Amino acid sequence: MDRQLLSGDEAVALAALHTGIALGTGYPGTPSTEILETFDALGGRAQWAPNEKVALEVALGAAFANARALVTMKHVGLNVAADPLFTAAYTGVGGALVVVTADDPGMSSSQNEQDNRRYAIAAGLPMIEPSDSQEAYDFFVAAVEMSERWHIPVLFRMTTRVCHSKSIVAARAGGGASAPAPRPHFEHDINGRVMIPANARPAHRRLRAKLAEIGEWGETCPLNRVERSGGDGSIGIVASGISYMHAVEAAPDASFLKIGLVNPLPIEKVRTFAASVRRTFVVEEGDPVIADSLRAAGIAVDSKPEMYRFGELDVARVRRILAGDTSPEVASARGKPPELCPACPYHTVYATLQKHDCIVAGDIGCYSLGVLPPYKAMDTCVAMGASIGVGLGLRHVLPDEEARRVVSIIGDSTFVHSGISGLVEMAYNPPRTGHVVIVLDNGTTAMTGQQEHPGTGRRLDHGPTNQLSIEGLATAIGIPSVTVIDAYAEPEEFDRLLQQRLAATELSVIVARRPCILAAADIRKWEGQAAEFRARAAEQSAVCEPGEENR
Amino acid sequence: MSVTNVVVAGLGGQGVIKASDILADTALLAGLDVKKSEIHGMSQRGGSVTSDVRFGTAVLSPMVPRGEADYLLVLAESEVEVARPLLRAGGILLSPDLIPDADLTNKRSLNVALLGALSHYLDLSPELFLQAVREALPEKLHAVNERAFELGRKVAAGQGTIR
Ligand SMILES: Cc1ncc(C[n+]2csc(CCOP(=O)(O)OP(=O)(O)O)c2C)c(N)n1
Ligand code: SF4
Repeated sequence: MDRQLLSGDEAVALAALHTGIALGTGYPGTPSTEILETFDALGGRAQWAPNEKVALEVALGAAFANARALVTMKHVGLNVAADPLFTAAYTGVGGALVVVTADDPGMSSSQNEQDNRRYAIAAGLPMIEPSDSQEAYDFFVAAVEMSERWHIPVLFRMTTRVCHSKSIVAARAGGGASAPAPRPHFEHDINGRVMIPANARPAHRRLRAKLAEIGEWGETCPLNRVERSGGDGSIGIVASGISYMHAVEAAPDASFLKIGLVNPLPIEKVRTFAASVRRTFVVEEGDPVIADSLRAAGIAVDSKPEMYRFGELDVARVRRILAGDTSPEVASARGKPPELCPACPYHTVYATLQKHDCIVAGDIGCYSLGVLPPYKAMDTCVAMGASIGVGLGLRHVLPDEEARRVVSIIGDSTFVHSGISGLVEMAYNPPRTGHVVIVLDNGTTAMTGQQEHPGTGRRLDHGPTNQLSIEGLATAIGIPSVTVIDAYAEPEEFDRLLQQRLAATELSVIVARRPCILAAADIRKWEGQAAEFRARAAEQSAVCEPGEENR
Repeated sequence: MSVTNVVVAGLGGQGVIKASDILADTALLAGLDVKKSEIHGMSQRGGSVTSDVRFGTAVLSPMVPRGEADYLLVLAESEVEVARPLLRAGGILLSPDLIPDADLTNKRSLNVALLGALSHYLDLSPELFLQAVREALPEKLHAVNERAFELGRKVAAGQGTIR
């Protein structure tokens, strides 16, 4: 057990196992995806939800039943889950609820670099931030303990470098939280859980009282610690997360106040620390969240110049920050960009869209690579699921001849995540010229490393479950023309179909179905196992009660 | 506090991350502190990938600062110039042309061959490297990769220092 080389994601999964997390749920998103995959591999109960909002709600239900629950997502996922999150802060939980948000400063694989520490402040939730894998493990245990102690969801903020860097972890002797996991059971608490205004008003006051208590605890809790250096005490650095690691390396002679509880901040501890050094510097990646809060509390601190708000920090940048260096930085060489695999099923689709000079409302996934040369066949890409709404908006206002060229293009996992309500909108408010939605169904969530989703009919562990029919759903929503086609195998047929649909004044959905080339072999293997499973289940249900196949 | 900084660079699918995993595991087996960091994401789609490995008595930041790599292993010729600024002045570059094509039974073991070359310069025993190679790869690939490792090690020893 001792001394394993683990990524931050793996360390969280191990801690989840050791703390008796009864259910882990989430939606894939770099850099958070490996948490649930590892939790499953370690024997934990992990499942993918169709999107982050549903995932958070499922985990909240489990925590209402006094279980310990974990939900994981990337930073933008928390936007999707924000609605239940803000009110879950009011209801609180019976068991434990830890919400992992994995931020991506520098946007190595994201559409923005929002700083989710702002969510902790906005929702009024405690937030814990680890700096390496050991802390990811230890702090996760602390997050479970805090959540249970104050009956409050705890935000666990990681960043790309903490999620994906590997460092040495010694798991706790005896593992896990101090108290054994409670047995799930239900207790009525209508006033506490039903957030009609009459109940929500006192709930908000309760939340603020909890936060005040946590704030007091945070002043002395082990998550925040002062490290005195052998230096002359002239500079004191306040830092959290990965920035702390860079800063200790960049300024070995400084004293440090390392912050693990980023909300609520240990204001008095910082005040005392600041008084003990000649100059206090806040080193943080992203937005000046800590610096602003400290200044608002009347503590004089120096912080980074605006140019360092953008992108990741590293040791070299922290040295520059501490030196007040605002000279232009050397841009690192970009290298070769990724591209669609040579045999990717999307090639035909993008070639055809390009040929017909379509206006393409695009979406997020592997297929976003269609924006690169040679196709350059994507005109917008904003948020998961946005392709359909944006395409409809374009169709509504553009002159007819231009409107007819608008196509929405969306991946299968993205469609299930947040495209369904767009399709409902399309049926409800159809543009005068109709509209064409192409669902790129490659049988997997390729972008994030080939995860299952409801449309594949397989669970997180690739075992069989109910399968969502995308074409069936489109028909049920009321889309008059729905076609499934393998565009890669039948390029001419696809070309004809697209032209016909663009010319028609009808609503249409084209499901372009062919497996991702990287996932195809695995899909065949799992399908084989699923067929065997179904056959066995059918055999058994012929003899006894209806089988268990719909787990 | 002395830390050794290694960067492995190449294209998605070439085994950059596998190589850095093996190196990091070797340092772990040697009882050192070690951190390793890379950007995952689109790396499978053939784009540039780099992975940083740092080891020593105590490692803080997981990222090798630009221009401070002691060793740079590059798996794709086309990436050599892209990655070169990562190397410190006087640092050692191990590029794919170091390994004679004809001597490499399986092209996919270039990553392990370059680790062999790297091992010539490091204070980590080749036995630990080979143990890490075996732990990281399926058994049917052990023999070919052990040969690749020895090849790289021999080539590096023959060349003296390549700067
Ligand atoms: C709200 C949100 N959650 C998660 C992600 C991460 N993410 C980007 S695209 C994507 C799904 C892509 O799958 P699919 O639509 O099937 O397209 P493919 O990658 O297979 O082409 C995910 C999970 C995100 N960008 N935004
Ligand atoms: S991983 Fe799959 S979906 Fe992505 S480019 Fe390759 S074949 Fe296409």
